[in-house]
Amino acid sequence: MIPPTRWLPMPVLSLLLLVVWLLLQQSVALGQWLLGGVLAILIPVVCRPFWERQPTIKRPLKLLGYFLRVLGDIVTANIQVSKLILDPRGQMRPAFVEYPLTLRENFPITILASTITMTPGTVSAHLRLDGRTLLIHALDVADTRALIDEIHQRYERPLMEIFES
Amino acid sequence: MLDTIIEGAVAFMLIAGGAFAFIGSLGMTHLKDFYMRLHGPSKTTTLGVGCTLIGSLIYFSREDGPIIQELLITISAFITAPVSAHMLAKSALHHKLKPDPRTRGNPVELESDKPRHTIEEAPQGDSPLP
Amino acid sequence: MIDMALWIALALFCAAIVLNFYRAVVGPSLPDRVLAVDTMYMNSIALIVLFGIWVNNKDYFEAALLIAMLGFVSTIAICKYLLRGDIIE
Repeated sequence: MIPPTRWLPMPVLSLLLLVVWLLLQQSVALGQWLLGGVLAILIPVVCRPFWERQPTIKRPLKLLGYFLRVLGDIVTANIQVSKLILDPRGQMRPAFVEYPLTLRENFPITILASTITMTPGTVSAHLRLDGRTLLIHALDVADTRALIDEIHQRYERPLMEIFES
Repeated sequence: MLDTIIEGAVAFMLIAGGAFAFIGSLGMTHLKDFYMRLHGPSKTTTLGVGCTLIGSLIYFSREDGPIIQELLITISAFITAPVSAHMLAKSALHHKLKPDPRTRGNPVELESDKPRHTIEEAPQGDSPLP
Repeated sequence: MIDMALWIALALFCAAIVLNFYRAVVGPSLPDRVLAVDTMYMNSIALIVLFGIWVNNKDYFEAALLIAMLGFVSTIAICKYLLRGDIIE
């Protein structure tokens, strides 16, 4: 990715700010580009001290693939949860599952926790203070071991490849 | 012809969004304990609102070119919903809300922090304390 | 066709808000009520967007964006209060 410099400490954030500004203004006139560019440089410089160290994205293309997969999973997750809610017999098997994390950095863990919440039948409930286990509540799970394996294979391993490899 | 397809897509998105949001709220109303109720709003309502927004995006893009502002709300909804669900679950664990008795697994966070022994029963012996 | 879909969607969202209101009033615990209000603002975003389609005016988008931002921040603030502002802590 783009290397950070002194006046552009977080290049990705700056780009994001510029895009959001142009979207909000609904125009691509020169003035908006200039104003958005000034904001995109100024805001990261001003709020630099509040930010933690940002992990570098090693493989941007893989990140895109990951987001597409999560988007697909969100739709299946919703259909599954809707079925469970509408099921008149109400035979759910809720469970608390402790998920051992192999990711170490904060930002990838945040993405993983959000992904777990948005995808089939699970809500991430608590990150233990040592940052090693994630407490997950699952709505309907038969085998907790299989759930942990699935999350590891499907979400955590790609995230490791993207951020830490 | 194209108009009919676009109108159909808008109508489908609106109805799907409404149905998902309704199911999410239904789940929040009739499930047994808080942790199960959390699933409905955090997933289903978010997708419902997202579908509605995409429907409105298609509707307004019909006449004068693509208008992708609405994507901003959709994206921010999908980013913020898991965070607020996580915070709600944390505060529920902090308040030690009882899960449904069928729930398997027994996290440390839900055990009561009352001491296991009363003072009289406390283990005696050669403790270093005076 | 869109008119029909608009009416159905409006009815579904209104019913969802009524259900949320029920949970906010009955909700046995505090997090339950916060969850209900959180869902209610999500549904109201959709209601405003639907109203924008109805009157064929896309400026209502900005109101929806504001509700989304403020709703998220207030939910997080209340959760923080529930987590930290406990008397026993």
